Amino acid sequence: MAYTDKTRGMYTEVLTNLKDAGLFKQERYIHSAQAADIEVEFPSGASLKKVINICANNYLGLSSHPEVVKAAHAGLDSHGYGMSSVRFICGTQDIHRTLEQMVTKFLGTEDTILFPSCMDANAGVFEAVLTKDDVMISDRLVHASIIDGIRLCSAMHDTFKHSDMGHLEEKLQLHNDKRLKMVITDGVFSMDGDTAKLDKMVELCEKYDALLFVDDSHSSGFIGKTGRGTHELCGVMGKIDIITTTFGKGLGGASGGCVSGRKELVEMCRQKARPYLFSNTIAPPVVAGVIKVLEILSASTDRRDKLEKNTAFWRKGLLDAGLIIKDGDTPIVPVMLFNAKLAQDVSRDLYDEGIYAIGFFFPVVPQGAARIRTQISAGHEIHHLEKALEAFRKVGKKYNILGKTKQEIIDMYGM
Amino acid sequence: MEDMKEIIKDYVIKEYVEDDTELTYDSPLISGGIVDSFSMVSLKRFLENKYNISIPDDKATPEAFDSVNKICLLVNDYLK
Repeated sequence: MAYTDKTRGMYTEVLTNLKDAGLFKQERYIHSAQAADIEVEFPSGASLKKVINICANNYLGLSSHPEVVKAAHAGLDSHGYGMSSVRFICGTQDIHRTLEQMVTKFLGTEDTILFPSCMDANAGVFEAVLTKDDVMISDRLVHASIIDGIRLCSAMHDTFKHSDMGHLEEKLQLHNDKRLKMVITDGVFSMDGDTAKLDKMVELCEKYDALLFVDDSHSSGFIGKTGRGTHELCGVMGKIDIITTTFGKGLGGASGGCVSGRKELVEMCRQKARPYLFSNTIAPPVVAGVIKVLEILSASTDRRDKLEKNTAFWRKGLLDAGLIIKDGDTPIVPVMLFNAKLAQDVSRDLYDEGIYAIGFFFPVVPQGAARIRTQISAGHEIHHLEKALEAFRKVGKKYNILGKTKQEIIDMYGM
Repeated sequence: MEDMKEIIKDYVIKEYVEDDTELTYDSPLISGGIVDSFSMVSLKRFLENKYNISIPDDKATPEAFDSVNKICLLVNDYLK
């Protein structure tokens, strides 16, 4: 079909509607390496502005770590730029298998398979290991990539209320006649920063003979005493059947993901998962970088310990300022503003103050739950956080939201 | 029939409603966003277990599940 004026007009109208609804996403161009201090061009064509980044998934500050960059350079030199092949034809190098073995050891699982991204891991894993005789029971707030993977799988699907273990148990009873039951959750939920109750979930899965799947993308490298993830935090290492995670956040921040868990399930992915079979895997320099990341994190917990301290400082600072934040102790700290326009206005004013943080609102979060999602990093120093707190206090004062309750803010600005 | 309506309405509230949304027998459940298509399966299984019936997948459509009244009509078809 030719791309006619009518077709162009149709898409133009859709895009215009997105803009009118305030849902149009605009990129901000960063001219520096990813770090606590960045240089940003926004809007497009504007002169560069130095800002403090408090919205990256760079939890461990490893995105531009000199040792990681050096390792990636060395990987580029020794193993080349790309593979020009999927894994099972001629796209597997020694370093791909080395990384899989290192991830297996780091997470305390039986085996691991790499994917081009965790989005791909989640898109491929369910279809590879489940059939129409099975059921998937997922938390209602799991990540979009899991929902996409569930849609691609022929197994029955049901949900349980967010973190409601009583409701999960009811669902396990309801579907007890299925061949396999798989309980599906995020480890740390990306919008609220809360943590799954994996200890209770393991208990229920053992009671009802169900498999347990955890996406630990917002946990790997820093949650738990030695940063292994939510399974370490909850004392259930070795008891999670499938863990998916990403190398695009705390673990170096470049790209790539994996499925790690029971060796037969990993092998099923190697034989059947479509994103693995029909797409190149992670490029050699990135593999070399992630290997270095795991070496750094296995040698010392300094970075996750610093992140923990920074997070505590940040949470206390926001509360002391009189802002409303979501409870928890993860480095994802949502500052609740409830109203979408207020969230956008606060984000813009923070940017003017040299702080880069983004507003989230419906449909990304529920209606009336608009917020600024802040994310803390081991790459932040206390002076970064103090400056960001000062900006939050100044902007919060401007909008008269400091020390106000949720209802008071809603009364002033609406939902 | 009234008992059935009340039982189904109570189940929908307990299962899906997480705020103070009020529900009538004609409230649009699927098209109104109260029950998402993913979660319909538990409603179908609840009805099958409760009334000892089997609803074919091709009859368990979003349209047939879109209100308590419509669900009662569907269940009654299989009770006969």
